[in-house]
Amino acid sequence: MRKEDKEFTEHYVAEFSKQVSFDELPDAPPSGKFRLSLTGKIGAIVVIFWVFVAIFGQFLAPYHENDIPFPDDYMEFQPPKPGAILGTDRDDRDVLSRLMYGASRTIGISFAATVLAYIVGVTLGIGSAVLGGRFDTIVSSVNNIFLSLPTIMLGLVIVAAVGSTIPILILTAGLIYATVVFRLARAIGMDVKVMDFVEVSKGRGENLWWIISKEIWPNVRMPLISDFGLRLIYVILFVSSLSFLGLGVQPPMADWGSMVKENLGALQYGESVISVVAPAFSIATLTVAINLIVDDVSAHAGGKLTKRL
Amino acid sequence: MPGDAAQIRLGQNADEDSLRAFRAELGLDKPLYYQYLNWLFNFLQGDLGMSLSSDYPTIQLISDRYENTLIVSLLTAAIGIPISVILGIIAAMFPGTIYDRILTLGSVTLVAAPEFFTATLLVLFFVFFLDIGSAVVVGGIEGKNIFQLLAHFWLPVMTLCFVIASQLIRMTRAAVLNVMSSPYIEMAILKGIPRKRIVIRHALLNSIGPIVNIIALNLAYLVTGVIVVEVYFGYSGLATLIVQGVQTRDFILIQALGMIFCCTYVVLMIIADVAAIVSNPRLRHPK
Repeated sequence: MRKEDKEFTEHYVAEFSKQVSFDELPDAPPSGKFRLSLTGKIGAIVVIFWVFVAIFGQFLAPYHENDIPFPDDYMEFQPPKPGAILGTDRDDRDVLSRLMYGASRTIGISFAATVLAYIVGVTLGIGSAVLGGRFDTIVSSVNNIFLSLPTIMLGLVIVAAVGSTIPILILTAGLIYATVVFRLARAIGMDVKVMDFVEVSKGRGENLWWIISKEIWPNVRMPLISDFGLRLIYVILFVSSLSFLGLGVQPPMADWGSMVKENLGALQYGESVISVVAPAFSIATLTVAINLIVDDVSAHAGGKLTKRL
Repeated sequence: MPGDAAQIRLGQNADEDSLRAFRAELGLDKPLYYQYLNWLFNFLQGDLGMSLSSDYPTIQLISDRYENTLIVSLLTAAIGIPISVILGIIAAMFPGTIYDRILTLGSVTLVAAPEFFTATLLVLFFVFFLDIGSAVVVGGIEGKNIFQLLAHFWLPVMTLCFVIASQLIRMTRAAVLNVMSSPYIEMAILKGIPRKRIVIRHALLNSIGPIVNIIALNLAYLVTGVIVVEVYFGYSGLATLIVQGVQTRDFILIQALGMIFCCTYVVLMIIADVAAIVSNPRLRHPK
């Protein structure tokens, strides 16, 4: 047997022969303490940085988002220089200031939408897992209809029908992604519902609220939290894609997705490309950083979420 | 985006009477459910209706534009899928090696990044750094053979390939590794069968079902991923048509295109389910 084959054999055989304690079972509830790995820490630092920019960016920005830093020297796509370290955009506005203003919109809208998706999805999902019967059938079938449509198509159609203001964007993204959360919460709820301790508390005559909040919720918490990060990534991508298509946040308000769209001309005419690169790069660093944390947390959260679906 | 199709076509300064007359002409004065049922009834008979924002039949607008979308999707599928599946299988053959780690890290990064970030990176590298091609797709596609088409659409195709590869590699690797942890593979390992033979003869055949499923899911994703790429590289296709439809409030056009996109999506999902059943005898004969 060659050396590498031997290592390979050991790798897999070890998986099975190892003594597994209860805490290491894939479905065991996660232990309270865990530490982020190096990649997770890097992700956390980047996310904290962007959250800071989202909250305080508009107070720290050198200009207002629609101000022109060099009124005497109007020229689109100026390269970086003192006074505008990331250069200027299509309308000669300061890219750095717009980036800082845009952070609060991109991150704020996405976060609000994800929270909404979770409130709606988890309530209905765990509700239909617990109640079952006709309620479950109706909610699940309505949910499946929406789940069968491509998200960005659904978003485009809703925005076309009701217009595109920030509250509507949050509502649209929130409801579209609530469908996925619903399925997840219902699947996990179903899993937990048939466990003995829930049956016991039912037999003890506990009410619905007690069963949900004291028996089911502590067991579904960790998988849902690590899924929250993943869902947040998809919502950020969804909102920025809508803005990129010109149907999300409307000009003259800045937003990372629409900044890429506005300044595409710079790439096409070979001007100062930083006005496109900066917002695109910001979205990518944010989503990749969240992904790094999610990977880390879900390794500790016990079990693969996708397997439960 | 205020107003309706009539308002947008006549402009902000149109007076009430002409707006009302124009709405009646377009059928926008009827109640919404009537408009929709009417459209649905015609749709079921194969009539996609007249576009609200221009006086062309919707079917003509679509037939003028569908080629670019179809070609880019097919080229991406033909190039991206085989390469990513093979890379995913190789990653699963050597789990934990440096090759596997690079591939996994790369796909984790790309899977979370938006399409226009990938596109921007490619444009920066090829167009600005290497000075090849241009950041816009220009010119027609008439009379081009498959290689000329590939040269024409190489940047959008490459972007979409990267986007679907990031998903496909990860999921293929997971599917093969999932099979690799089943008892019969352990048996094969204990018998001393070499690793390559185990993966190719024993594991791969049983992971075809999941892999086909993953491919169908990703093709369905292509349907929407194509929208951003078309706008980014500025060539016209079905996706830009739907964005236009939204901007001009052309509901007839949006409904027709939405129906086409969703049908494609549903058909791909059905193919995925059927493929999973065909490849797994246990699903074919339920107990």
